[in-house]
Amino acid sequence: MRRLRIEGVTGLLRKLRDRVSGALRGRGSPRARKAGLRIAFFTPALLLIMLFVAYPVLTTIGVSFFDANGRFVGLGNYQQVLGSPDTINLNGFPKPPPYGTLINNAVWIAIHLPLSMFLGLWLALVLREVRGSSWVKTAIFIGMVTPLIIGGIMMLYIYDGSIGVVPRFFDAIGIHSLGVGWLQRPTTLLFGLIFGSVWLWTGFSMIVYSAGLTTIPKEYWEAAKIDGTPTFRTFTQITFPLLKPMTIVVFTMSILYELKIFDLVYGATNPQGGVGGAADVLALQMFREAFVQLPADYGTAAAVATFLSLLTLTATVMTIRYMVKR
Amino acid sequence: MIRIRPRTIVIHLFAWGLAIGWLFPFVGLGMAAFRPLPEIIGGWWNFDRFTPSFTKFGAAFNAIELGLRNSFLIAVPGTLIPMFVATLAGYGFARFSFPIRDYLFLTIVVLMTIPQQMVAIPIFRIMFSLGLANTVLSLVILHSAWGLPWIVLFMRNFFSALPKDVEEAARVDGASDFKVFFRIVLPMALPALGAVAVLQFMWVWNDFFFSILLCPSNPNCMPATVALIRTIGQFQFDPGLLAAGSIIVMLVPVLLYVLLQRFYIRGMIGWTVKG
Repeated sequence: MRRLRIEGVTGLLRKLRDRVSGALRGRGSPRARKAGLRIAFFTPALLLIMLFVAYPVLTTIGVSFFDANGRFVGLGNYQQVLGSPDTINLNGFPKPPPYGTLINNAVWIAIHLPLSMFLGLWLALVLREVRGSSWVKTAIFIGMVTPLIIGGIMMLYIYDGSIGVVPRFFDAIGIHSLGVGWLQRPTTLLFGLIFGSVWLWTGFSMIVYSAGLTTIPKEYWEAAKIDGTPTFRTFTQITFPLLKPMTIVVFTMSILYELKIFDLVYGATNPQGGVGGAADVLALQMFREAFVQLPADYGTAAAVATFLSLLTLTATVMTIRYMVKR
Repeated sequence: MIRIRPRTIVIHLFAWGLAIGWLFPFVGLGMAAFRPLPEIIGGWWNFDRFTPSFTKFGAAFNAIELGLRNSFLIAVPGTLIPMFVATLAGYGFARFSFPIRDYLFLTIVVLMTIPQQMVAIPIFRIMFSLGLANTVLSLVILHSAWGLPWIVLFMRNFFSALPKDVEEAARVDGASDFKVFFRIVLPMALPALGAVAVLQFMWVWNDFFFSILLCPSNPNCMPATVALIRTIGQFQFDPGLLAAGSIIVMLVPVLLYVLLQRFYIRGMIGWTVKG
């Protein structure tokens, strides 16, 4: 089976090589020669993508249908993953975390997406009137260039009970229940990481919206002002609709970010996702099942990865479709 | 006479205050690295005693020196290789037409949205069977392949927006596709390539998942992000040392961003908005 596949690939490669080298030596009709040369533009990229991206993707899908002993189990791994309390753990809700990885990713989207998106939009709007706004933008955008693993490490400092700025702040204003280390308790851990990530990621939405705002002619707002349109209506009727292309971008990229989140959680907690797995996410679950736990379970890990990919694909296709249509 | 309205003052105070507040966690990290731990218990903004020192930076640098070297060895070829390969393909997608072109292009774009976890298990096996496990080369190859889809998309969009006149004139004069590409197209693409280089370099430098997948423990190949966790973070937790190490590792992408901001933003916006 494996041999067959390799022979298929090498056969294809040989054909391609013959064609390209024939073309380079000037054999064949001028037209065939030109086509052969043009293939050379694509060959290196397609080879690398096929071998190290496409083939692994297909293999992962294949692996997700087999159990740890190499027996074909169909959708068994998916059933096991979706039925496991590691993934969905809502018995007796409302309750404190752990909620399971899938729910945690959903919580990430529900809180992180609107917060970072609208905060960024609002900043982009406000900063238009500010002198030296490029400095302010630079300061806010630094979070976007920080390695996310270090973003995670920084959560250790921000939320530390004795040296962290957040607990000290809440202690100072008299909310003593939040004046302790956030990462040591399940509820504050999950939401603390989400808010921390908003701090890092808002720069993205701010920069994209800022660029979008420069493309809107000033006359639109001036006309609205002369007509006496209230500020909020100007925003909902003029500014926001004109920024739709930016909203599509920010929305899609943010959802992808929230679904794929890994480094930040790993840096701030451990491969188990912190106390009781409260901050566990799908990407971390996959990593743990394949590369941390002994014995490794490639079948379920591959199922988690495939499921996660399905989510990212659906999210991308749906948001782009929905928003482009309207 | 310029009249300054109170609203203007409030907005400026707010914006500048916000920028400073936004940087607070970074300042805190710096304080943890520069000052002995007992001094900052209860908050780094207490300056009753203030004895900054660079000792933690020296120790942290020694611990991750090899990692920094590896990061450069991975990120430089991991940027240049996909840039060159993807520019060729991006040009091909923009200028040549052939039967399955659009499907092929769509497939590549779809691959952009997939999480790294989706290739992890097979890549781990492939690199082992090729004898490349625990080498810098394995990460160079993987990052090159992984970076391709977005660079192909980015460069295709760039070339599609470029007028064809000059190229066609050269073709009429008898220049081959390759000659046109290297002599005419590539020089015109330099600004776009600058944006690509900055972004790809940062992504490879910042990467953690692929790095810990292919080089979790060997100091001769682990990049700085992994070395930070493995050599400083793991055994005895020293907050000062970890903070100093983090600052050293993030200094590279942050400096790159501050110095090359123009390329950076252009890359970010072009890559997302046009896509």
